Amino acid sequence: MNTTLLDLQQENQGVLKRILNTPSLLVGSIMFLLLIGVAVFAPFITPFEPSEQNLYAILQPPSSEHWLGTDQLGRDLFTRLIYAARTDLKIMVLAEIIPFCTGIFLGMLAGYYGKWVDTVISLVTDTFIAFPFYLIVIIVAFASGAGQKGIYITFILVGWIVFARVTRGLSASFRKQEWVASAQTMGIPGVKIILRHLLPNVLPQAVVVLMTDMVGLLVAIVTLGYLGIGIAPPTPDWGTMISDGQSFITTAWWLSAVPGIAVVYTGIALSLVGDGLADLWRRK
Amino acid sequence: MMATNPILEIENLSLATSAGKSLVTNVNFSLGKGESLGLVGESGSGKSLTLRSILGLLPRGVEQVGGAIRSDVRSAMIFQDPRGALDPLCPVVRQLAEVVYYRQNVSRKASRTIALELLEMLGLPDSLKQKDRYPSQLSGGQCQRIVIAMALACKPGILLCDEPTTALDVTVQKQIIDTITRLQQELGFAMVFVTHNLAIASTMCSTLCVMKEGQIVERGESLSLLQNPQHSYTQMLIHSVLPLPELERGAGV
Repeated sequence: MNTTLLDLQQENQGVLKRILNTPSLLVGSIMFLLLIGVAVFAPFITPFEPSEQNLYAILQPPSSEHWLGTDQLGRDLFTRLIYAARTDLKIMVLAEIIPFCTGIFLGMLAGYYGKWVDTVISLVTDTFIAFPFYLIVIIVAFASGAGQKGIYITFILVGWIVFARVTRGLSASFRKQEWVASAQTMGIPGVKIILRHLLPNVLPQAVVVLMTDMVGLLVAIVTLGYLGIGIAPPTPDWGTMISDGQSFITTAWWLSAVPGIAVVYTGIALSLVGDGLADLWRRK
Repeated sequence: MMATNPILEIENLSLATSAGKSLVTNVNFSLGKGESLGLVGESGSGKSLTLRSILGLLPRGVEQVGGAIRSDVRSAMIFQDPRGALDPLCPVVRQLAEVVYYRQNVSRKASRTIALELLEMLGLPDSLKQKDRYPSQLSGGQCQRIVIAMALACKPGILLCDEPTTALDVTVQKQIIDTITRLQQELGFAMVFVTHNLAIASTMCSTLCVMKEGQIVERGESLSLLQNPQHSYTQMLIHSVLPLPELERGAGV
């Protein structure tokens, strides 16, 4: 029977094997895990402190002692780079949690119930989309004072919209499928249908969106740091590092280039993970 | 036909789109306990819509504009595409047990036991009891059996069948038809059977209603209707079935 054959195929092809068959996911995950590992174990990787100054050794080129050289205050660039990864990645992940949850939930409500619920939620999302994202970020950042708070507040305010839009569309299309109708006629309460049946079906797509959205958020964090309204100085951050190095761009170009490359690296890693996950789930 | 009180009565049912385009007009029929009625007709003749209106499952943009549906028993529905009628990301036994839990008001544990009994009743493989599976891991026929089990878990007085065999292989069609017939004899539910397959309709149902463009054009006892069709559309439907060439020659001799 073709059923048993199908069973065998799916049983043999375990999760690990399916990941190995998706190169973009594999490469992306390795890149991202490496980054997380470096950020977490930063104190064990480098002998220096991120704010440790050495005014006798400023603006040094890369050497065996200072792998990426030193900045204008004689701080080790590599140390600052990996400590900045800690700050930036932590904010990136934490700021996404609440918007991710509220966005999915509101999107499912709008898509499932339709009618006035959908009208209200769509109205709010469309209104927020009319404002340029950076305008809101900068206004909130100024209003709440420089630092991480502005990023968190802005993201709780507007971060959910992208997830709400994606899950709303998906939920509305699942709503038209027979299994949702059938679940309703068989007396399963709406809340249960949303949480037990709709959620697992919209989650994969939402996670893919999460990956690309995190890249956008990281760029926002770095941009705010660069503009001087993000993470406040002594805390290392890629954005402030880029702007600090700007004055020495002709003599010590790596001061700005290295944190820039770090942002690009993270962006590529997350995009690959998102791409790979989309591939993986599409094939299933 | 008029022996028992009808458990389902449809009177002058009319359905239309919200834009006002008429889809079903003045459909009347009634169904007694344990009876089965077939609705046949070409695609788009409104037979599925009529069936769905009984459960209030009309698609968005279609409204009931007239008539009444009266029913004092529960009804449950079997769908055309069994895979589409199951949550693709929820294991099938869990889905079945969930319906039992909400429809029969039993504990979670009891609902699972009842679900396993239903599996047995429908001739699903025993391996499902040990290891639950996703709809994509089952064949179309097995999925349809799960859908039937879910419908039966509602303890329906009327089983509504919306072309339950159209999406299945020919060999599986026969098994599903046999299963439904057997269950009807065991459990005694009434049935409304929508199909465009006249052979299936006439074996399953004692009465047939032929629908065309949203109206019932002819109705009658299955065999006499097929042997002696009055309406030109019914005749056309019967003649549109391709005969098997072997049998044709045999009949000619």
